[in-house]
Amino acid sequence: MTTAAIKAIGVSKWFGEGETRTIAVNEVSLEARYNEMLYIVGPSGSGKTTLLSMISGVLRPSAGTVEIAGTDIWALSENQIADFRLHTVGFVFQDFHLFPRLTTVENVAVPLILRKHRWAAAIEEARHYLGVVGLEKRADLPPGKLSGGEQQRVAIARAIAGKPDILILDEPTASLDGDTGRKIVEFVKTEVLGDHRCILIVTHDSRIYGYADRIVKMEDGHIVGIEKGALDAA
Amino acid sequence: MFGILKIAYKLLVNDKGKFAALLMGITFSVFLMIQMTSMFAGMMKKASATVMNTGAKVWVMDPGVTTVASSIPMPDSVLDAVRSMHGVKYAVPFFSGAGLVRLKSGAYQGVTVIGVDDTSLFGRPEVVEGKIEDIYAENGFVVVKDEEFSKLDSPGLGTEFEINDNRGTIVGIARVPASGLFGMPTLYTTYSRAIQYIPSMRYTISYILVEPADPKSLPHIKEEVRRLGYQTLTEDEFVDRISDWYMYHTGMGTNLLLMTAISFIVGLSISGQTFYTFTLENLDKFGALKAIGAKGRQLVGMILFQAGVTAFAGYGLGVGLCAALIALAKLKIPDYASIVTFGNLGLALGMVIVIAAFSSYLAVRRVLQIEPFDIFRS
Repeated sequence: MTTAAIKAIGVSKWFGEGETRTIAVNEVSLEARYNEMLYIVGPSGSGKTTLLSMISGVLRPSAGTVEIAGTDIWALSENQIADFRLHTVGFVFQDFHLFPRLTTVENVAVPLILRKHRWAAAIEEARHYLGVVGLEKRADLPPGKLSGGEQQRVAIARAIAGKPDILILDEPTASLDGDTGRKIVEFVKTEVLGDHRCILIVTHDSRIYGYADRIVKMEDGHIVGIEKGALDAA
Repeated sequence: MFGILKIAYKLLVNDKGKFAALLMGITFSVFLMIQMTSMFAGMMKKASATVMNTGAKVWVMDPGVTTVASSIPMPDSVLDAVRSMHGVKYAVPFFSGAGLVRLKSGAYQGVTVIGVDDTSLFGRPEVVEGKIEDIYAENGFVVVKDEEFSKLDSPGLGTEFEINDNRGTIVGIARVPASGLFGMPTLYTTYSRAIQYIPSMRYTISYILVEPADPKSLPHIKEEVRRLGYQTLTEDEFVDRISDWYMYHTGMGTNLLLMTAISFIVGLSISGQTFYTFTLENLDKFGALKAIGAKGRQLVGMILFQAGVTAFAGYGLGVGLCAALIALAKLKIPDYASIVTFGNLGLALGMVIVIAAFSSYLAVRRVLQIEPFDIFRS
């Protein structure tokens, strides 16, 4: 039996205390496998981003555990969690969060530099990943000179440059037109997903649902159903 | 860490507008701080010029003396008493006063007259034209060729002039390390001629210059002189006393302090605010870095590096600007009283470090507060 890429067990998150307490995620259990593209969908405020943050080592759960490749990540120290994110998780943020004062290739090299790669080696490797997303000719431009779709691809290149096991895309099509959005997700599915990688996508763009292996639906902090497969742990 | 610092550097310098504003704030602040303190240092050097030019290690004077120009004459008996003290190698009289020279045009020019011991000529200047021995010649004076020299119509060897209704002859032209504060030319002559030409009280010795037999005897000499009702100061102590007097009794110190404080506050507010704004504008990027896996200490390192680069670049520019301006001013005004000392540079550096530390403290606090989760929520 292979180890699950992600295993969330009874994960809850609430904010505030007493009467002001708001439960964002309520006892959610979820398992994701390698070579799987899993969508988390639901209306605004359903808890999908909060769940994603807890799974990726960004937000500490109020209750429950999250295991990545068999390791309980929230049992780690702050520095170890930062290392975990750096070495295991790749992020594509909704607003990309590229550095406007760095060139495109330098943006892609950031995770490598954080891993203490030498500058020249990191830039060289980043060029390779820009090639993977088809933007090698844009390497020396600042992100501001690129279109929205190109910036999205730069963000993807940055996320995969560190060869993460878990790739997280937060609303990857939110700022793209329908056609570009579909192309991006198709690219991710065909070129980025692999035997040693699991991809989690938070979205409410139904136009890209067709690329998902499974779709987890959330409402009011609960998982209310899945499509294209069964919920592995509930 | 080098790579992350390079990122920090690029984030800083590629934001040209903000970087220029930051540099300008610190440069201006450093420029003002160094300019103020250099002017003060320059004036203090000039105020202590006679002390430094004389080169005596130990000075005996009336306790009421505040600056070298405000000497209070002492009786000859003090000189005799000092000479007889144990530990004194030799002691000589020294005269410092002011006279009036009548120029050929009929105009009068105030001069500083220094009278050195007739026997030893201890405290004499370096003569560059003529011979020092000629100071013994009838009416012999040595004139100092400094920024004030032209006020005596640039006299040459043999030039005759009238000083306090006495005849004087230039027998030598000398140079000294520092010229005086009050813009008066300086004439050297023998002590006996000085007290003969310059009207004075019953007592005539302005200072007694002492050479101790060895440095260990200085406390004993000081004590003995104190018992006589006078005081002994080393060269450094005398220079410090003059500086202190100008600093604390003339309002110069308050002005200096005020201007330096204002310069510091201007630099602090401009740089602090701009650097904080710069950090706020990049806050989401720092959050993204944190989410990607950057540790708190790496982000702190980035901010400190950015603040450090800005501070030191601004410091260098400020020092350069100040030095250039002083050099330019000295081209036009030769006796412009301003010198950049290591003390000035150190003070400005210290203040720049405080500015950088304050600016980065605000930024670090904000960056450490941001949660990576905020990046997802945004």
